[in-house]
Amino acid sequence: MRIRKNIAVSEEGFLFNPTTGDSFSTNSTGALIIRLLKQDKTLPEIASELCDEYDADRLLVERDLEEFASLLKEYSVLD
Amino acid sequence: MKKKLVIAVTALNAIDSPGPGVAVIRAIRECPDFEARIIGLSYEALEPGLYMHELVDKSYQIPYPSAGTDSLLARLEYIHAEEQLELIIPNFDAELFNFIKLRDKLHTMGIRTFLPDLVQFESRDKLKLFDFGKKHGFLVPRDRVLHEFRELKKMEEELEYPVVVKGKFYDAVIANSYDQVEKAFLKILAKWGLPIILQDFVKGTEINIAVLGDGKGKAISIIPMRKLYITDKGKAWAGITLDDDRLVALARQFIASTQWRGGCELEVMLTDDGKPFIMEVNPRFPAWIYLTAAAGQNQPASLVKMAMGEPVAPFTHYEVGKIFIRYSWDLITDIAEFQKISGNGEL
Amino acid sequence: MEKKRYERPTLRKMNTGLMNKFGSKSENTPVTHIENNSVKSLLKEYGSPLFVISERQIRRNMRNASRIFKTRYPKVQFAWSYKTNYLDAVCQIFHQEGSWAEVVSGFEYDKALKNGVPGNQIIFNGPDKTDEQLLLAARNNSLIHIDHYDELYTLIRLSEEHRMRPRVAIRINMDTGIYPKWDRFGFNFENGQAWNALTRILNSQWLELVGLHCHIGTFMLSPAAYATAARNLCELAWSVKERFGKMVDYIDLGGGFPSTNTLKGAYLPGTDTVPSIDQFADAITDVILGYGFRPEELPLLILESGRALIDDAGYLLGTVLATKRLSDGRRATILDFGINSLFTAFWYEHKVSPAQLHSRQTEETVLYGPLCMNIDMVRENIVMPLLEKGNQVVVHQVGAYNMTQWMQFITLRPAIVLIDEENNTHIIRRPETMEYIDSLEQLPQHLKQDV
Repeated sequence: MRIRKNIAVSEEGFLFNPTTGDSFSTNSTGALIIRLLKQDKTLPEIASELCDEYDADRLLVERDLEEFASLLKEYSVLD
Repeated sequence: MKKKLVIAVTALNAIDSPGPGVAVIRAIRECPDFEARIIGLSYEALEPGLYMHELVDKSYQIPYPSAGTDSLLARLEYIHAEEQLELIIPNFDAELFNFIKLRDKLHTMGIRTFLPDLVQFESRDKLKLFDFGKKHGFLVPRDRVLHEFRELKKMEEELEYPVVVKGKFYDAVIANSYDQVEKAFLKILAKWGLPIILQDFVKGTEINIAVLGDGKGKAISIIPMRKLYITDKGKAWAGITLDDDRLVALARQFIASTQWRGGCELEVMLTDDGKPFIMEVNPRFPAWIYLTAAAGQNQPASLVKMAMGEPVAPFTHYEVGKIFIRYSWDLITDIAEFQKISGNGEL
Repeated sequence: MEKKRYERPTLRKMNTGLMNKFGSKSENTPVTHIENNSVKSLLKEYGSPLFVISERQIRRNMRNASRIFKTRYPKVQFAWSYKTNYLDAVCQIFHQEGSWAEVVSGFEYDKALKNGVPGNQIIFNGPDKTDEQLLLAARNNSLIHIDHYDELYTLIRLSEEHRMRPRVAIRINMDTGIYPKWDRFGFNFENGQAWNALTRILNSQWLELVGLHCHIGTFMLSPAAYATAARNLCELAWSVKERFGKMVDYIDLGGGFPSTNTLKGAYLPGTDTVPSIDQFADAITDVILGYGFRPEELPLLILESGRALIDDAGYLLGTVLATKRLSDGRRATILDFGINSLFTAFWYEHKVSPAQLHSRQTEETVLYGPLCMNIDMVRENIVMPLLEKGNQVVVHQVGAYNMTQWMQFITLRPAIVLIDEENNTHIIRRPETMEYIDSLEQLPQHLKQDV
C-alpha cells in the first residue's frame, strides 16, 4: 500500500493527482495519514500513531483508516 | 471622489452563456472618476473572473442562493471584516431576492447596494408580467398559466397559432399546432415542472434595452441594442446600438412607472407596425453591459456613483452603431489557484 | 500532554458544479439545549428518539398571533386545530390561551369535550359526521359546519325528528387563484352552490345559520388568496343580510398559514420566503373592515390556525446509529428515527442540527431513518459536520402533524416531553410498550401455542 510517487500534497492539505487531474482536500487527520503513508508506514503502524496523537478509540480509528484507504485507492491516490 | 472604493461584484462566469460580472467590472475600471478595489464573489470554483487578476483584486466563494439569507449574511460578514466592503453589485437573477432582503442589514453594516425593492422586483416576474403590463399600460403578450395538463386539453379549441410554450424559469418553444403544444408542454413539464405558461406569439424584431433607473422615476441611461447574431443557446454573439425614439420612450416610461432603482434589461419585440411589446424584464444588468460604456453611457460606473450618494445627471447622448462582438479566450492558470478557491473559498 | 480531539479523516474531491461548502453555517451551529434542558440529559432520561415541545414557544406564538389580529380587528377568536396536534397537554395550553376547539371527526369532538371545552366553543368541521355525532353536537350547541348536501339534509331531518334548531355554518370552496383548488370540501362559491345551500338553510325553520366558513388550502404562501376568500365570504354575508335581513355572527377563514419550514422543491428556504402572520392579517382584515358593514354588525373573525402556532414549538431529538459510504461515494448517516416518527419529512427539507460541538469540517450526507424501507429518508442531501455513531441531532419545527400522523411501523412510538415555562420537563405521552400494542390484539383459540 503506497501513495503514488507523483501525488503532490500542499501544506494546506490539498492533494493533486497529476495522472488523473483530480484535486482533493483533506482534514488534519487525513493529512497526517497521507504523510505517514508517504513514509511507507503500514496501516497498523499508522493506527498506533493516530491513537498516540489523538484521543480516540483504537477500533474506531482502524475502521476509519480502512475506509479512508479504500477511498484513496478508489481515487487512484494509492497504488 | 478620487479614492479607492471597495466594490464586490458577482456573476464572474464569463463563459458561453455569460454572467454580467466581468463586463460590469470592466466598465467600472474604465471610469476615470474613481479607483476601485474589486472583490469578486463566486459560486463555482471555475468562474473565469476569479482568475482575471488584472480585473479582480480578491475573490471569495459565497453560498448558493438556495442556502438562504442567514448563510449569505454570515459569509458576507466574514468578507466584510476582511475587506471593509462599501458596495455590492449582485448580477444574478437567482441571488437578487436574497440581496434585496438583506439590503437594510447590509446598510447598517456600512455596505451599500443599489437595488430595486421587493415589490418592484416581483412585479416583473414572468408569471405576473401580463398584469404588470395591464396596470401600467405596456404592451405585454397575453399569457395563461397552466397548473395541470387537463387545463391544456380544455383549451384545445380556443388556441391560436403560433403560440409560445414557456417554463416557469427557462425554456420557450414556439408551437404551430395543438400537437406541438402538447409535445412542448410535456417536454418542459419534465424539465421545469408546473406551472407552464402559454404566451401569445408576437412577430417582430427582438430588441434589448439596458436601462439604469435612479429609484425616483428618472432613467439615467437608456441604450437599445439589436442582436446581430445569436449563439445556438440564444445568447448574443454580436450586437449593435440603435437610434430609435420609440424604444427610448418605452424605457423611460417603464422607469417612471416602476420607480426602478438600479440596472435592468428590457427584452422587447418590435412588431412590423411599430408596436413595442415587453417580453421580459431582467432585474439586473445584461451580460453585454460593457457596450453602454463603449457607447458613452457607462451604466455600471453611474450606478456606483449613485449608490455612493453622488448626484448623477441623466445621459443625453450615446453613440449609435457601436458594435460588440463576443469572443472567447483561454485563460491559463495553475492547479494551486484552483485548489485555493475550491478548498479555502478565497483567492 | 493532552491528546487532540479525534475526527475521522475526510477526503473531498474538488469537483466543480457541486455545492460549495461556504454555505450551510447555520445548520451546523450545534443545538445543545432546548429551553435550558440539555439534549444529552433529555435523551438519557427519556430515551432516544424523543419529541420535545416547548410550552413557552406555544404561548408566545399564540399571544403573538392574537395580538396581530386583535390590533387590526375588533372581534377575533382562534380555534385550535385539533388535527395538527391533539395531545391533551398541547390542547389545554391553547385553551388556556383562550382558543376554542376546531375538530374534524367524532374522535376529535370527544377529545375536545373531554378537555373540558364548552360545547358552544367547539367547531365541528369535516365531511364525516355520523347521525349520533351530529345529534351530540346539536345538543351541545356546537357550531356545525356543513360540508355537503347529504349532510345538510341529514341535519334537517334529525333536527325535525328531535325538535332542535342547531347552529350551523357552511363550508365554502372557491377559486382564490391558488393551486390546487380545494373544491372537494364544502359548497362551491362561483357556481352558486354555496348560495343555494344558504338559501336552503335560511328557508328551513330547523337550522339557524350563524356563520360562513372556508379553508382555502394548506401551507399557503399567498396573503392575497386570503383577501379573495375574505371578500367572497363578505359578499355572501352581505347577500344574506340583504335578502333575509339577517347578519351572520361570524366569518371563519380556516387555517393554512404556513410555518417557516422549507417545502421540498422550494428554491429558497422558508425562513426567507414565508409571509409573516402580519401580512395575512393585513390582507384579511383590510377586506372585512373595508367591505361596508356597520361597526356594530361586523362579524366575529374566527381563525383555525394550527401549523403556524405549533410547528416551531416542537423538536425531535435522536441519535446517530451508524455512518457509511454508499456505492457512489456519498456519505450516509443512519438515525434512530425516520419517516415513521417524522412524517413531515415527506414534504419538508427539515432543518437538522448537531447536538454537540464538532470541528469546522463538514460533508454532504444523506440522512436515513432506521426502517427497512428505501423511502425512509429524512434528508436527501444535507451538509453536516462529521457525525459519528452515538452523536445526537435535533430536528427543528416538527410540532405540526407529526404527533398525529406518526406510524407504529416495526417499532414503538417514542415519548413526548413538554418543557414548561419554568423549564421543567413533563412527560406528556409515555413511550409505547409491547403491552400497549398487544392490548388490542386477540388470538383465536386454534392459533394459540402452548408455551
